[in-house]
Amino acid sequence: MNPAIVSWLVACVPFGAEAGEAPRVRFGSKTFTESVVLGELITQLARHAGGAVRHRAELGGTQVLFNALKNGDIDAYPEYTGTINQEIFAGKNLAGTEDIRRELGTYGIGMSDPLGFSNNYVLGMRKDRAAELGVTTISDLRDHPDLVLGFSNEFLNRGDGWPSLKRTYGLPQEDVRGMQHDIAYRGVDSGAIDVIDLYSTDPEIAYYDLATLDDDRKHFPDYAAVILYRAELESRTPEVIKKVKQLAGALSEERMIELNKRAKIDRVPAGQVASDFLAERFDIQTEFTRTHWLPSLWRRTREHLGLVIKSMVPAILVAVPLGILAVKMPRAAQGILAAVGVIQTIPALALLVLLMTALQPLRRFGIETVGAPPAIVALFMYSLLPIVRNTYTGLQGIPGPVAESAAALGLPFAARLRLIELPLALPTILAGIKTAVVINVGFATLGALIGAGGYGQPILTGIRLDDTGLILQGAIPAALLALAMQALFELIERVLVPKGLRLRPER
Amino acid sequence: MLELDRVSKKYGRTDALNPTTLTIDRGKTTVLIGPSGCGKSTLLRLIVGLIRPDVGSVRLDGTEVSPDSALQLRRRMGYVIQDGGLFPHLTARGNALLMAKYLKVGAAQRASRLDELAELTRFPNDALERYPVQLSGGQRQRVSLMRALMLDPEVLLLDEPLGALDPMIRADMQSELSEIFSKLGKTVVMVTHDLAEAAFFADTIVLMRGGSVVQEGTIADLTDSPANEFVTRFISAQRAAGHDLKPTHT
Repeated sequence: MNPAIVSWLVACVPFGAEAGEAPRVRFGSKTFTESVVLGELITQLARHAGGAVRHRAELGGTQVLFNALKNGDIDAYPEYTGTINQEIFAGKNLAGTEDIRRELGTYGIGMSDPLGFSNNYVLGMRKDRAAELGVTTISDLRDHPDLVLGFSNEFLNRGDGWPSLKRTYGLPQEDVRGMQHDIAYRGVDSGAIDVIDLYSTDPEIAYYDLATLDDDRKHFPDYAAVILYRAELESRTPEVIKKVKQLAGALSEERMIELNKRAKIDRVPAGQVASDFLAERFDIQTEFTRTHWLPSLWRRTREHLGLVIKSMVPAILVAVPLGILAVKMPRAAQGILAAVGVIQTIPALALLVLLMTALQPLRRFGIETVGAPPAIVALFMYSLLPIVRNTYTGLQGIPGPVAESAAALGLPFAARLRLIELPLALPTILAGIKTAVVINVGFATLGALIGAGGYGQPILTGIRLDDTGLILQGAIPAALLALAMQALFELIERVLVPKGLRLRPER
Repeated sequence: MLELDRVSKKYGRTDALNPTTLTIDRGKTTVLIGPSGCGKSTLLRLIVGLIRPDVGSVRLDGTEVSPDSALQLRRRMGYVIQDGGLFPHLTARGNALLMAKYLKVGAAQRASRLDELAELTRFPNDALERYPVQLSGGQRQRVSLMRALMLDPEVLLLDEPLGALDPMIRADMQSELSEIFSKLGKTVVMVTHDLAEAAFFADTIVLMRGGSVVQEGTIADLTDSPANEFVTRFISAQRAAGHDLKPTHT
């Protein structure tokens, strides 16, 4: 592989990664509050045992976390037995805990004993609405085909989710909407939705005073909370893993709901919630990182700019030549334009997850397959279309007589391109780059879905905690950055575009 | 000087030029004339190598114009088109000097050549820093001419050089151009659809129709002994439009 490409990719290792001593242990957590609290708990326990731990909070969903664990991007994360059974090993029909443990072992992954509580799927409704319809069990839903159901996107698709629930109970409802879990709560509270999926340890059940429907046909499996970890930790950092395992049996369902309520409804930082619990339960004092508004904004800005710059520069370097190629080789043009167009139709999350797998071979260059690198590649791919298309249009738009005059002078191909055609197409090319960079700044917020940080992180956390202020802490800087980029390119345009192209005829 | 040997060109299924053999003499002005689509511009573009003939060959002093030789040969030919074809992002000076700069001609030599050409084409010195959009039609043609003459080519090819100008300016430019041609003594090939203009400039007129040469000769040959009915009709049509066909220079 070209050394320049490798060094660029190596440079993709996130801005935030501390140089020098890399964290010896890296833990992850999923994008919901309970997982973040559990992640904090094991992180603080491990630190107490002397480990240098980095907690990559809110890294993503099940697939992202499990892949990251399998690949060694993280060393441990909290998971649920039902999820392992139904989603990670879907179709393998694992019978019990021992089966799961054995199957995980083949991936070099260990599983702790259950932490004590289960976080099961349940269906919930507003109490008054349930009473009005006389619904107390899931079976009762059969009599009300017009109810509007709002399910988390994960629940809509997973093996034990809506499709099989519908089969088990023979549910007739057609109006089923996929939505973000935290938003679903607001939907059911406002009456826009009748039934939503819940996690049994959600503090919102009490907060919104919801009725939970009895799973009378025992459809949902048990989701006992456990910690998954890389088996090599047993030999690499035995004290750390021993300490982490102390959490087994320490958390009852009531206790977990209480912790979730503090974090989510009382908005106590997860680190604080975890630290207080550890002090009370194990009588140990732990450190946690408090985040302050300004330094975290600065870090988000650096992360976000890192994503934008590292994807835009290569995009420009690739897209402009592709546009030129499309003009000069009309036979290739349709292919090139179609290819960069098709990329735009790939949904962002799908592309990110695909890239996490596709980038596997680069791991030996020290490139992570979660976080910034896949996000940068995805942004790079999304940025191609406007630049390729505008380069193509700009060059095509050069008047025939002008192009012919350049050729008739006896200028060779490369000189014609450099001295005549590119300068003439420059305003159009720059307009394409400007479009791409504004889209890029917006799209980069989605990088937070796979732990790439940036302004998307506070937006994601803000949605999770129903904290508008936090959402704005991401959304406003992202909008300002987009405007700043636009202004920057207008300035560049003023400097680069030849005066003769900016003048209007005087007559 | 320039030899076209059984050259033909098709665009798709349309014959743009039927097999044509033509010799253009050194130091003479040859004018290609005919109605639109007669193949006169195609002929000029074949000479400068912008398009390749399907059959036959074009030679400049014995060297065939081919993709390999075209770049070199074009530097021995100046090419001026209807609206000037100036590069809008370069000033008048930038346009005129582009090729000389590319070929790394020394700055002093470039400057003196530009002075010389500005004087020859009567282009005002203070307009050299202007961009094409800031110039009048006549000025643009002068810049185009300077650009074509910069490297002192042996052949000057002009495709309707006065076609886009106002009638008044056009008359002035005509006499200036002919003055320039006679001063420089270059081989000139000019395309026009205007017989009066052809008569004004030409040593030899080549009248074309439907991709073929109908008659080749002086204006007197064409008026006194037309080769066929088309020549007669072409001349009378132009006369009817009020054009004076007497050659005004010799």
